[in-house]
Amino acid sequence: MPFSHPLRPASAAAVLMVAGLAAPACMAQDAHLARNLAATCANCHGTNGNARGDMQPLAGVAAGKIVAALADYKSGNQPATIMHQIAKGYTDEQIKLVAAYFAAQQPRK
Amino acid sequence: MNHNRMHKTFAFELSRRRLLGAGAALSGLAGLALAGCAAGPSAGPSIGRVVIVGGGFGGSTAARYLKLWGGNVDVTLVERSAGFVSCPISNLVLGGHKQMADITRSYDGLRALGVKMVQGDVTAIDAAAKKVRLAGGAELAYDRLILSPGVDFMLDGTPGLAAALDSGRVLHSWKAGPQTVALRRQLEAMPDGGVFAMSIPKVPFRCPPGPYERACMVASYFKQHKPRSKVLVLDANPEIQSKKALFEKAFKDHYSGTLEYRANNELKAVDGMTAKLEFDDVKADVLNIIPPQRAGDIARTAGLLNMNNRWVGVNWLTMESTAAPGVHVLGDATFSAPAMPKSGHMANQHAKVAAAAIIELLQGKPVNVTPVVMNTCYSFVTARDVVHVASVHQYDAVDKTFKAVPGSGGVSAGANQIEGRYALSWADNIWFDMLAA
Repeated sequence: MPFSHPLRPASAAAVLMVAGLAAPACMAQDAHLARNLAATCANCHGTNGNARGDMQPLAGVAAGKIVAALADYKSGNQPATIMHQIAKGYTDEQIKLVAAYFAAQQPRK
Repeated sequence: MNHNRMHKTFAFELSRRRLLGAGAALSGLAGLALAGCAAGPSAGPSIGRVVIVGGGFGGSTAARYLKLWGGNVDVTLVERSAGFVSCPISNLVLGGHKQMADITRSYDGLRALGVKMVQGDVTAIDAAAKKVRLAGGAELAYDRLILSPGVDFMLDGTPGLAAALDSGRVLHSWKAGPQTVALRRQLEAMPDGGVFAMSIPKVPFRCPPGPYERACMVASYFKQHKPRSKVLVLDANPEIQSKKALFEKAFKDHYSGTLEYRANNELKAVDGMTAKLEFDDVKADVLNIIPPQRAGDIARTAGLLNMNNRWVGVNWLTMESTAAPGVHVLGDATFSAPAMPKSGHMANQHAKVAAAAIIELLQGKPVNVTPVVMNTCYSFVTARDVVHVASVHQYDAVDKTFKAVPGSGGVSAGANQIEGRYALSWADNIWFDMLAA
């Protein structure tokens, strides 16, 4: 599982360890990892991705679409005011978790 | 391997797995764990009592997310004000571009989620007995305490400052509310040709770009309504502390002739409406002094200021104070991790780390060891043009702190109106995220 940005090896190992542990059992941990990561987006994109106003809603958006959009922000293929800077702060694995979490959320109304 | 599909499937199947596995995983706490693990909000027995002190960006978000994520957690939020007034966007009120109603929200959304709102002041904390005392003598017992006390001011080092602020003639307006209203009134009452002087303390202080945004907003008001008036920025720091090039450009492009910025101008004393500096005195018609800051009073009263006798050291995995077990501290009051700003946005992010950790801790479960927080701060340089600074901070297990991710974050390419719309939407979204209304 490649990490596309320079996380320290120890942190990267910790991410992998948690992901590995969590999958088979009820480690609410791993589910919560996706939930916790997605919550870092809520300040702009709304609680559980239900955005208000001019912000892009993420609730119920296909995971592949979110992953692709963030990859384009990261690479610079998609110009942005701010998302190119924010996307680079998350590992590709984290982005996949966030995308899956938002895809599973119920859009409001 | 198709990661997408794997994670999606995992997310969908998770609640079933949690249901099946919870009891076995935690025999001693099986009943509690089941409730927390599987239940939606408000089903099953309570997993614990959390008292939150302070209903700002940190405390309100903690209340909301404890309810959102915690199943049945008893949450009591103690706040001295009847409603929430936002510091972010309050500089627009000073500039006359927004009204107080635009930055004021009620706590009814939290009430509707089952948060017990208590309007009052916490005067003492007994961390050993796990209870807080309110002014008036009532006590609240807790299993976990969250303090989100914001900042209070350090006035002793500046002769005349305490008296000036007490007089009500000199305002700080560094906590939104009556001080915002009062400063706006002073600006409206000031005759054309007057001087608005603002003193900025040395870092660290709440909202690093805030003073420079305020200078722009007041200058925008003067430019339109009192064109002979002047904004004088007296900065104790050697340079602008956030979005420097962007603010310098705004000062030059929009406010040359109106706004004067002076670096290395630390306030030494206050006498009436005169700010005494190292080399000269500045007499102002409206004197706005942002005093040096420390963690809010209740954190000091509770003996939590273990960093420079000024801020609260925290375990970043849980936001628990390193001075008092069971007491979690959020927001501006914390001793910041490297490059971590004291902002409402960051307090909201702290609150989510704390809420997640507390829910696990109440159930005897391990906390997330790879938390992430991020910050976005929009500043208005005109009524419509905005600049941002953003950062993402990943937890570093070796150094046990959050670190800004190299290559991430940054500032706007230039002031622009698209971000002017985003800034207002940011406010709308974050207020809703914390207050559920």
